[in-house]
Amino acid sequence: MKTGAQRILEKYGKDKTRLMDILIDVQNEFGFIPREITVQIADELGMSEVDVDQTISFYHFFSQKPTGKYHIYLNNSAVANMMGRNDVAAAFMKELGIKFGEVTPDGLVGLFETACIGMNDQEPAAIINNQIFTRLTPFRAKEIVRDIREGKSVNDMFVQDWGDGENRSDLIKSVVSNNIRKIGPVLERTFTAGQAIDKLIKMTPEQVIEEVKKSNMRGRGGAGFPTGLKWEFGRNAKGEKKYIFCNADEGEPGTFKDRVILTERPRLLFEGMVIAGYAIGATEGILYIRHEYKYLQAHLESILQMARDANYLGKNIQGKKGFNFDIRIQFGAGAYVCGEESALIESAEGKRGEPRDRPPFPVEKGYLDMPTVVNNVETLCAVVKVVLNGGEWYKSLGTTESTGTKLLSISGDCKFPGVYEVVWGFSINDILDMVGAHSEDVQAVQVGGPSGAIIGRNEFNRILGYEDLATGGSLIIISKHRDILNDIVLNFMDFFIDESCGSCSTCRITPTLLRNKLLKILNARGVKQDIEDIVEWGKILKASRCGLGQTAANPILSSLKNFRHLYEEKIQKNKEYDCGFDLSLAVKESCQVTGRVPNI
Amino acid sequence: MSKPIVATTSLAGCFGCHMSVLDIDEKILELIELVEFNKSPIDDIKKFTKKCDIGLIEGGCCNSENVHVLKEFREHCRILVAVGECAIMGGLPAMRNGIPIEECFNEAYLNGPTVVGNDAGIIPNDPELPMILDRVYPCHEIVKIDYFLPGCPPRADLIWEALVALVTGDEMKLPYEVVKFD
Amino acid sequence: MSQFVRFTIDGTECMASRGQYLVDAARENGVFIPTLCNYPGVKPKGSCRICTVKVNGKLMTACTTPVAEGMNIENESADINELRKSIIELLFVEGNHFCPACEKSGNCELQALAYRFRMMVPRFPFQFPNRAVDASHPRIIKDHNRCILCKRCIRVITDESGRSIFAYRKRSASVEVVVDPKLGKQLTEDLAQKAMDVCPVGSILVKEKGFHVPIGERKYDKVPIGSDIENMQSTKI
Repeated sequence: MKTGAQRILEKYGKDKTRLMDILIDVQNEFGFIPREITVQIADELGMSEVDVDQTISFYHFFSQKPTGKYHIYLNNSAVANMMGRNDVAAAFMKELGIKFGEVTPDGLVGLFETACIGMNDQEPAAIINNQIFTRLTPFRAKEIVRDIREGKSVNDMFVQDWGDGENRSDLIKSVVSNNIRKIGPVLERTFTAGQAIDKLIKMTPEQVIEEVKKSNMRGRGGAGFPTGLKWEFGRNAKGEKKYIFCNADEGEPGTFKDRVILTERPRLLFEGMVIAGYAIGATEGILYIRHEYKYLQAHLESILQMARDANYLGKNIQGKKGFNFDIRIQFGAGAYVCGEESALIESAEGKRGEPRDRPPFPVEKGYLDMPTVVNNVETLCAVVKVVLNGGEWYKSLGTTESTGTKLLSISGDCKFPGVYEVVWGFSINDILDMVGAHSEDVQAVQVGGPSGAIIGRNEFNRILGYEDLATGGSLIIISKHRDILNDIVLNFMDFFIDESCGSCSTCRITPTLLRNKLLKILNARGVKQDIEDIVEWGKILKASRCGLGQTAANPILSSLKNFRHLYEEKIQKNKEYDCGFDLSLAVKESCQVTGRVPNI
Repeated sequence: MSKPIVATTSLAGCFGCHMSVLDIDEKILELIELVEFNKSPIDDIKKFTKKCDIGLIEGGCCNSENVHVLKEFREHCRILVAVGECAIMGGLPAMRNGIPIEECFNEAYLNGPTVVGNDAGIIPNDPELPMILDRVYPCHEIVKIDYFLPGCPPRADLIWEALVALVTGDEMKLPYEVVKFD
Repeated sequence: MSQFVRFTIDGTECMASRGQYLVDAARENGVFIPTLCNYPGVKPKGSCRICTVKVNGKLMTACTTPVAEGMNIENESADINELRKSIIELLFVEGNHFCPACEKSGNCELQALAYRFRMMVPRFPFQFPNRAVDASHPRIIKDHNRCILCKRCIRVITDESGRSIFAYRKRSASVEVVVDPKLGKQLTEDLAQKAMDVCPVGSILVKEKGFHVPIGERKYDKVPIGSDIENMQSTKI
């Protein structure tokens, strides 16, 4: 065990800032991170044990106990539940004879829950030993457990054919489907590697930034910061080395467009990173990918190698003297908050994914305290097209404030869930038509994931774009027969509670209190005051450091705003005060222990 | 005009808050002039004989009897005041919160260092005894409480100030030194 | 560029050195901004959020934001005070804060802020988490019940080679501050005392110490926290 860990430590040059990679490799090799290895890592890296431990214990996919030879991580997102995840979960528990969070006594199988894994268009889905299993049914769960008991490898367990496109390629071999339903100027098939780089090297970095500024492009991650301006800051920032980060953490439940880009258009993405590197003067790019997409690693590494072989990456790219740029892939280990750019940087430095205080902004002081530009996957793909076709061309697409196209990840109650590239300016009604959902059957649409807003039918004429409904691109369609508060809001609140980094007091404590208020209302013990409390308490989160904390009350607040009647019909009309105390429940445990019959 | 009527009780408390009431020293004579006591250990009236204006509650709720008494106070008193840390947040008795009841019973009756002579290993379970709650509850998590006077016990001056304010309807004066949690 | 900047706090003209954090700039102007996780001499962390102010209308933490020319800072408004009071109450219900039984009572910054903000009872339900007391180290006790996760000990107390002795573990509501099993045992008397002093509450205690200042003479018995700053003759430049 010790020598295995030593080999891993040496592979990463005993570099403290590569702790994530070290831990990921240890986890993969041993199935968990034993304490003795934690101590070994600490000693070798000159850290204390608790210092290594604080990184390990932060991430969902690191475990300090054995997770079984086979570890099943079943998604528990709202859409997974909508698609029958609970039946699959029950089947796994029955077949394995264990609960979630447990490992079978023989150490063969561990069963765990996990938040949205970016497969909302093919739920219920699970990750088993880093392989993705989609469209699960209770029957499939039974088959999988049988295969496990027969000792099959995960790759031999698939009874489905491989997915579409690159998912079939030798380096991926996955049953995941791309579900690309609408291709636009960014996702179009005609792109070949190097196209934009050939043009790029004839431009000055300033000219590149000028084109991007001209395009009026705004960051596609959701915050919508103007890309050209960010690059200009990056170019002007002082530092001996600069970095480009591509944020492929894609943790917002309901979003999966980056998964599709990473599968089908990685050349486009890498070229975008090269362009960004050229523009700001960075020599290194880091692609930070969520752990859930680990199955794409070999595929992505091979494409990076091809780019190096063709000198689209490396030294003096395409003969341009001094134009040096390379890319490395950094995997996460299961933490939604790492989608926040400064948390992502912390994570890439081997630390807990806790957002940093701003100022300073990453663009002045980012990765290893050097100027760092962090862009979304989709943004970097789009800039390639800007370089190829010009800023004016890009600007001619979409609306005044929202130029270009947007990739939408659409899931939930519709016929054709998948990825759609649309020009900005579509209304929700247009989209419902496009994806095969009858607007009269639709009760609500969750726009922008849990941190976004849930809107009702009276707002389906609203337009997607920064002028009206801004979104990072996730739309979850919720039909009439769903129970919004139980099926959606409660699930999302649990999600935020689990995913808080725990640093800000506001975000660490308040979401639990709000969830308990919601439960009280769902349990028919609510009164008017509880609704008022929710509104007041929700405001506290606005004082949190990062976007996660600031939006953690959104599932409740936005459903309360747009579906207030759902709350009001559940509260007690004839009572002003109810603290929810139930004597018969409160004495149950003591009566059981003493063998008494409760006398109330 | 008849005098305002005050009732008091100690639930899961140590009577320290009641001692603090007495600690207003000679002002107790003024107090007697000012109010009439009903159900209270101070005058030993065991049952409510009339509607009261003010109920002072010491202690939180650790068993079904506490809950019963607290609810009775809520019914009979116009204003309820939680007096002291135990009433407000469970206090020391609430240090058992979070520990399973069985462990608490075992510690108290079977394995604790002060257990003597319980060779039969009996955990009291007579039907006459109040039933123990799963945890100790602050009073406002059982019924509506109107005012809170922190302290362990609340300073006598604080109790005095609060009572006078409630009786006279004047604003409560709360000098910095009198509001303390210990 | 001038070394000094002008700004306002609640409408009052102030002046401070460029780049100072707002908390310190305010202090120099005789204005108290409450803090908990902040500690002199270490990099601010902005994790308790108590020092939240509005800077030109935007919520920012005063411990992490450098003062800049022309800033309009809102510190004592009803909104901000209500927010701060909520945060104090959140911290009270999150852990198990039994002030009467705590060695730090009277010298505790969380308690002192509750006094200053006139908390009679937290508006939130008590969570009563099941937390442990770690007394396994020879010199200190780490009482998780009272920890407010401010990270002061994490940032201040390190061994001579800079290794952390205290660290966060886990995340979200399960987060806790733990002591390194090995380094915790080697803690010197001085460092143990420093750890206790750094802790704003009673979560880190030096063994066999406590209650040595009588009630009435403790730090916050007579005057509210921040009074020293407010009563100070403003050092206006």
